[in-house]
Amino acid sequence: MVYSITSELARDLSRGMRRIRSVEEHIAARYSEQEMRCPTHLSSGQEAVSAAIGTILRSTDLAVSGHRAHAHYLAKGGDLKAMVAEIYGRVTGCARGKGGSMHLIDEKAGFMGSTAIVGGTVPVGVGLAYSLLLKGSDDIACVFLGDAVVETGVFFESLSFAALKNLPVLFVCENNFYSVYSPLSVRQSAVKKIHEKVAGFGVYTDEGDGNDVVSVHQKMLKAVNHIRSGKGPAFLEFETFRWREHCGPNYDDDLGYRPDQFIEEWNNREPIANFEQQAITSDLFTEADIDAMQSSIDTEVATAFEFARASDFPSPEEASMHVFATAVEEGIFLK
Amino acid sequence: MRSFASEIQSGLDQALENDPSVLVFGLGVPDPKGVFGTTLDLQEKYGEKRVFDMPTAENAMTGIAIGAALGGFKPVLTHQRLDFALLSMDQLVNNAAKWHFMFGGQRNVPITVRMILGRGWGQGPTHSQNLQSWFAHIPGLKVVMPALASDAKGLLLSSIFDPNPVIFLEHRWLHNAQTEEPDTGKLIPLGEASLLRNGDAVTIVSVSYMTIEALHAVDVLQNQGISCDLIDLRTVSPIDWGKIEASVKKTGKIMVLDTGFQTNGIAGEIIAQITERCWADLTAPPVRLTAPDYSESTSPALTKDYHIRAEHIAERVGSMLGKDVSVEPILKLRGPHDVPGNWFTGPF
Repeated sequence: MVYSITSELARDLSRGMRRIRSVEEHIAARYSEQEMRCPTHLSSGQEAVSAAIGTILRSTDLAVSGHRAHAHYLAKGGDLKAMVAEIYGRVTGCARGKGGSMHLIDEKAGFMGSTAIVGGTVPVGVGLAYSLLLKGSDDIACVFLGDAVVETGVFFESLSFAALKNLPVLFVCENNFYSVYSPLSVRQSAVKKIHEKVAGFGVYTDEGDGNDVVSVHQKMLKAVNHIRSGKGPAFLEFETFRWREHCGPNYDDDLGYRPDQFIEEWNNREPIANFEQQAITSDLFTEADIDAMQSSIDTEVATAFEFARASDFPSPEEASMHVFATAVEEGIFLK
Repeated sequence: MRSFASEIQSGLDQALENDPSVLVFGLGVPDPKGVFGTTLDLQEKYGEKRVFDMPTAENAMTGIAIGAALGGFKPVLTHQRLDFALLSMDQLVNNAAKWHFMFGGQRNVPITVRMILGRGWGQGPTHSQNLQSWFAHIPGLKVVMPALASDAKGLLLSSIFDPNPVIFLEHRWLHNAQTEEPDTGKLIPLGEASLLRNGDAVTIVSVSYMTIEALHAVDVLQNQGISCDLIDLRTVSPIDWGKIEASVKKTGKIMVLDTGFQTNGIAGEIIAQITERCWADLTAPPVRLTAPDYSESTSPALTKDYHIRAEHIAERVGSMLGKDVSVEPILKLRGPHDVPGNWFTGPF
């Protein structure tokens, strides 16, 4: 198969996926040092969806996410140093150490926040979309969610309102088939796939292989164009595969909760290597380009970890600060 | 004559007029009844984008209010009963109350959530709950409970323009309360209680509708030579401790009135704090008069003695002082126990 994408896009997709993978694997490698003292949900193996949307969204588009948010934050342009420092609990973290891995924010990049309650930011994203509609903007709000979110009431309530008001919101569902150890089969009826359930609300839907970054990119581009042209919300379901345990740095397939055949099949669909092989065959970049890219990513990641580990912890007084705001703070992004 | 309900409507009108970022939505907001008259004419005046009805989706609509706030707006969400808003506890507690804190003080969430408290006329177990202590227990939420019609607008405007999430609790029995005070259009600071009556016998601390009962009781007691401080809290989070403390140092006795269930409630908290702060000043055991620790039933036969009324307050003040008091003047004015007055003929 020969890709019909530009060389520039191919590099962006490759770099985006590699950057996420490198950060996540670096966290995994250092987690046992016991310095990153918070629950951490890694996105290794699930990079393609984030890398693709990262090449499409503007910095003025808004995004929210859930507990597994590193990839979304990074793809949206979130500050890597501030994210790593946040995981290390340092005052230079994006939430001054108040939030940790599950509470990422970088409003300058339009990343408006991720939180730790499944489905909790879905209505927040829809509310942001309503604010964009009121302002007459053609920016969009992007809500990242996993397959379990589609089991919450708040998801359907939010979708219903988004459809009612024809809001500029993109729901990006990464279906990795497992909520912790619980397979989709014990959580949702198999009669309809996730995107089919959503289609019942009359919104634009699409689905695809979440590990095929080029196809993800094409589907997202179509969906984003649909939303920007004022035609209302879109919902995309991408099937993908999380490498490591739900929360933490380890592999846990020794527990036997995912069938061997399933694991093998998804390991063969590894998103980065498969894409790069094809891209090289399609003359979009060379092995040497990849090496250069990886080397610059390695430097960036190492620098971010050095920054985080050299940063101060917040002072003890900060523990009781930030309960109430004293004045209305204009969002950095809104200025 | 202006009423509590018309003052709420006027406050919303003024906020919408003065600040284009204010939004007002909730079930029934633009309907012909306009949430007991509190939202009448607003959609006509400010349009469907800023004033709108909503899906019966309390949790998501609260999250949508939060998102709109993060997008630069100041939403006012209305629930016709507090009980309905319980579906939104996740968004209120985990998002609205925490956003400023959990992102290190970067962004505030200026939303106001109006919830109406039912009572009597068969409202029953799930249309009459006064759960102010739930919200007041959560760091990051402010909780406002106006009692007087003359305070309703000033407190509402302060709530809307406060940078934090504010739970604004309106007692249904107050909507027809009247005021002849001049409309100054002034904001009443949150966290500032109001001393409604001055005396040295007992400090009575009260909220919301209980303040109306307390006013009757205090005035009847005054005629019998017993004068009390009556402090209307106006906000139950934050609480104006200074005003309560100063009064208790004068009287040495405290009675706290609350519309909520007793155990783990606001009244217990106030008594605990005042006991800690004013132990040496207290000359009698503190007293709390609240709803009992069971739900309000529907049948009028089962609600007769459910709520604290003025006569109970007056009698209890008498017993705190070891004095006989007559509650006849109060009883003479009493109509049916399950309505706030003859203006109320149902249905809710």
